[in-house]
Amino acid sequence: MEKRLIKLTVNGRIRELSVKPNDLLLNVLRNDLQLMGAKYGCGIGECGACTVLLDGQTALACLILAVTVEGQEITTIEGMGDHVQLHPLQQAFLDHGAVQCGFCTPGMLLVGEALLKENPCPSEDEIREYLRGNLCRCTGYAAIVKAIKSEAKALEI
Amino acid sequence: MKTDTKILASEFEYLECHTLEEVLDALTRYNGKAKILAGGTDLLTKMKTGALHTEYLIFVKKIESLNYLISDNNTLRIGPMVSLREIEQHEQIKASYSALFEAVRSMAATSVKNMATLGGNLCNGSPAADTAPPLLVYGATLKLTSSRGVRLVPVEEFFLGPSKTVLASDELLTEISIPDLGENVGSSFLKLGRVAADIAKINVAVCIKRTGQAVSYCRIAFGSVAPTPIRVPEAEAMLVGKELSNELITNVAQAAANLIKPITDKRSTSHYRQQVSKVVLEEALRSAWQRTGGEL
Repeated sequence: MEKRLIKLTVNGRIRELSVKPNDLLLNVLRNDLQLMGAKYGCGIGECGACTVLLDGQTALACLILAVTVEGQEITTIEGMGDHVQLHPLQQAFLDHGAVQCGFCTPGMLLVGEALLKENPCPSEDEIREYLRGNLCRCTGYAAIVKAIKSEAKALEI
Repeated sequence: MKTDTKILASEFEYLECHTLEEVLDALTRYNGKAKILAGGTDLLTKMKTGALHTEYLIFVKKIESLNYLISDNNTLRIGPMVSLREIEQHEQIKASYSALFEAVRSMAATSVKNMATLGGNLCNGSPAADTAPPLLVYGATLKLTSSRGVRLVPVEEFFLGPSKTVLASDELLTEISIPDLGENVGSSFLKLGRVAADIAKINVAVCIKRTGQAVSYCRIAFGSVAPTPIRVPEAEAMLVGKELSNELITNVAQAAANLIKPITDKRSTSHYRQQVSKVVLEEALRSAWQRTGGEL
């Protein structure tokens, strides 16, 4: 298959990439851009490990063809914060022990961030409802929900 | 081909369209060898697992003229590229089209709903498609467009069997329209899955119009109990002209359960589906009736 040139914004930087039509966004992010935050979990849209923000909305990079996001804006966990300057939600995850093996964490953080943008003061039920597409095999949900809830409170003040 | 969901192994020629004309031209040109890609949540999963192959893939999600949600003289017109999430968040749908709202709310996770489209949910042709029963009870019409022209098909006639619809190989679904429901109308949707956001073991939608204390219009539709989403007209007829009572609800639900012939598959047995259909229908009838402003 012939490669195509696409232009997209990843974590605020404009990138030009050459991709095949059947290249998945997830693999382009990981293999071509070395952004390892988004993970391959199930590959069929059940687990949320590959969550990224597409034009600010959560989406699953394992079910998106890279060619289709031409001109769009992608945010991965690497665009949310780094070791030096953690995003407040990342700090909240650390404070609440919401990270165990860490595999689901990038997805959880991006979904949590999208939720808080949409609804700054979600209830516990609303948080759980929003997180239902993100699985944590360590079953650390209670801490994850608490961490997001703590940020909701912080916004309330 | 070995199944590996980490990559999409299948190869195809890709075409991105930005206008309806381009899609229709391409569909005619590729003559049955093309598939339409919108949200991709069903299609790419099928392609990854090898359940579906296509020579040409036409990407249509970015066609702006197919992405709208407007109320026109009380007719709700929805473009097929509208995402499930947009439907869920639409105030008018939440207020006046409870069955459709509840169906979309019960579906998948937020990320999937951001990607998936209403048109895709219908054209995928699943007997378990959650948006189908609500559209059936609302008497919605689908506009199918090809280079040959436009035809309007009632949702009832759209589905032919699992993954089969009346959509011809050169046609594209271009609008879903829900007619004016009028006053004192209530609708509801209920589904039973293993966990929230699951594919339905069984789903049901009800739409009732109340005139005085009596039912003047009633539609009941089930999903996951036949090769296509279906209505049960015999059960609907039992309600029309009657005042709703708990006894009548029980009788109608029993009658409906006898009318459906679900299959046994990995999600449920036929017997179980028949038994629980009564419970979900009773509950859906009550809730729709209450929404008409009726009392029990």
